[in-house]
Amino acid sequence: MIASPVIESPLCPETAVYEKTVLAGEGWIHRIAAGQVFRIVDLEGNQAVDTLFYNADDTSERYSAQDTIVAQRNIYLTTGTTLMSNLRRPMLTITADTCGRHDTLGGACAQESNQVRYAIEKRHMHACRNSFLLAIADPKWNLTKRDVASNINFFMNVPVTPEGRLTFEDGISNPMKYVEMRAEMDVIAVISNCPQLNNPCNGYNPTPIQVLIWNAGA
Amino acid sequence: MSSPALWEDTIQPGSSWSLILRRGRELRLEDLDGGANVAAVFYNFDCPVERYNIDTLKAQHAAHLTKRLVLYSDMGRILCSITEDSCGWHDPLGGHNDAAAVLAKYGPSSYQQERNAWHRNTRDNFLTELSRYGLGIRDLPPNVNFFSKIVVGDTGAMEFVPRNSRPGDYVTLRAEMNLLVVLDTGQHPLDPNPLYDPKPVKFAVREAAPVAPDDPCRLSRPENARGFINTERYFL
Repeated sequence: MIASPVIESPLCPETAVYEKTVLAGEGWIHRIAAGQVFRIVDLEGNQAVDTLFYNADDTSERYSAQDTIVAQRNIYLTTGTTLMSNLRRPMLTITADTCGRHDTLGGACAQESNQVRYAIEKRHMHACRNSFLLAIADPKWNLTKRDVASNINFFMNVPVTPEGRLTFEDGISNPMKYVEMRAEMDVIAVISNCPQLNNPCNGYNPTPIQVLIWNAGA
Repeated sequence: MSSPALWEDTIQPGSSWSLILRRGRELRLEDLDGGANVAAVFYNFDCPVERYNIDTLKAQHAAHLTKRLVLYSDMGRILCSITEDSCGWHDPLGGHNDAAAVLAKYGPSSYQQERNAWHRNTRDNFLTELSRYGLGIRDLPPNVNFFSKIVVGDTGAMEFVPRNSRPGDYVTLRAEMNLLVVLDTGQHPLDPNPLYDPKPVKFAVREAAPVAPDDPCRLSRPENARGFINTERYFL
């Protein structure tokens, strides 16, 4: 396993035009304009941040995991990765990353997948897909369950082996690690700050994250 | 012994097909010439907002598909099980080509000039098939690429492995729900072959043997045993 180099951002939190702390288990939805810079901070470390993006003007265009990894011929996301839409257009570009690597194959936890992965009796447990569905519930976003595509898991470590195994490893993120990206089009970002308690993706202790936005040229 | 085929046909190179595969029936795909690719997406035909999901990978800790593994929906249920596989590796990562990718890779082509030998692309074929069922681009999940192999290296790099599938190789999918299956024989996006050279694929639909308590797909992982429970409860 080879980690990508750490790339710091020159932007200071003091100059951000938007800042919010998102607690574990909560959803967040927000419009980000083309040219704005969006940062997610893993405040306490080892926190999976399940994330979707949509073209704000036409939500049938959305982040596509397969199109993103095929375009760069690499399954890991880090500085320099262009997050591609299902129409093969750049949505955002990762411009800084102090974690080194992020996943887009692990999907989002759901009550039903928790049943499959852990126990039938776990259906009651809170899961990312519920946060996604609640975040998009307002009809103004023009999104429904059919639009919940394969997501990004920022700060999550899901290596694939040459033998074709998908493994879930302990996180490689630490407190205050962040990933930052520039919007290449007006996008709607949807986040579920993962509530998963059944596996090490959050170190069995889901914790808050911070989201920040800077205007273009900040 | 397998039962007689209820229906057999061949998907021509670069062409698509969609079909309803009832729970308890199986679909066998056969690579007639070797080197085929079959891009495929799956839906619960009775409620298509339930569809193939990348949970398939994490539930089985697998970045490739083969015998004894299953394909999951987003609802924790098993759409279909892989009951036979002579090939050994099917790709769930590599996506599919669109018109721009086919043009860039294989050059210009038009129906006007070439009639049915023109270059088609999987995206347009998928959208055309999906529209027959009232579905569209919002409904297109990640696809599986049967008969293709992508290996991921230590740095995450994706590499296409040529000649993964030989002439006569086959894979059999047993439907565990009533499925809408959409298939396309367009080339894999990471296939380095510079020529437009998709391959024909034969398919056959049969009655499947009942799923036994000791079914290999059910027993392959405890996750799959629970997936079968979820699926069986859906049909109570």
